[in-house]
Amino acid sequence: MPCIDASGQVSESGKKILAAMANPVTLEEVAQQTGLPLYQVRSAAREILQAKLVEEKNGVYTVTAAGRSLLEAQS
Amino acid sequence: MDTGAQEKPNYGMPRLGLPAPAFEAETTHGTIRLEDFKGSWLILFSHPADFTPVCTTEFVAFAEIAPELKKRNVQLLGLSIDSTFSHIAWVRNIEQNFGVKIPFPIIADLNKQVANLYGMIMPGESKTETSRCVFVIDPNSILRAMIYYPLTTGRNMQEILRLIDALQTTDKHGVATPANWRPGDKVIVPPPKTTEAAEERMKAGYETKDWYFSKKAL
Repeated sequence: MPCIDASGQVSESGKKILAAMANPVTLEEVAQQTGLPLYQVRSAAREILQAKLVEEKNGVYTVTAAGRSLLEAQS
Repeated sequence: MDTGAQEKPNYGMPRLGLPAPAFEAETTHGTIRLEDFKGSWLILFSHPADFTPVCTTEFVAFAEIAPELKKRNVQLLGLSIDSTFSHIAWVRNIEQNFGVKIPFPIIADLNKQVANLYGMIMPGESKTETSRCVFVIDPNSILRAMIYYPLTTGRNMQEILRLIDALQTTDKHGVATPANWRPGDKVIVPPPKTTEAAEERMKAGYETKDWYFSKKAL
């Protein structure tokens, strides 16, 4: 269950993770907020980072404008 | 182009106490790397094939102990030389037939990359299937224990839980655990390494049979 499929649709767990990154957070904090296991958050973070839906600086993640509009479009 | 060259099998095995071999693999939960599990214990286990009876009993049993493992900060990760489509169909089938949801990811190791890294293929049994292997990897990615069972024999989940409890007890208290130890039993105090320490051990207040054999309650 990759968090983004070939058509750009974000999975439910992917949306949870993106939503948790509305404010700057670490992946550990995302795991705590969402209740998802940390390994799954780390794996999903790689995907959404590569898709430029979030940005990362020193281990802190924040949703980008692209990520925010995707969340709004798919909510 | 077919060069006629045969795939060279790798029968090497990882070693206890060393970093577990790193990998990135396709799983039923997306692309996962070993490093994604840093900070938690991991049980990486292989099974011979999807849609087979012994493996089905094992998957049901692993799912049943998953809550107990979670309490101990342990994640599960399955593996076989099958596709993600096969894994997905099988876990759906298990849920339909046995009413058990499989909560952990399963590696689709079609190119045997992870199986070869961890020595999961026993050519005397099968060259195309992984045997029933269990690798216990600690939060620092160090390989702490390995269990290998043959294709015919399903694993004992209580022994896997016991092994986790024993390893975590060792880490927490700096002790060893005797044969058939279970949580609550007395543990082994590491033997003294000098004659002076051996003398002191006899007076240390442990349950001591001899200078090298001491037990204590936790």
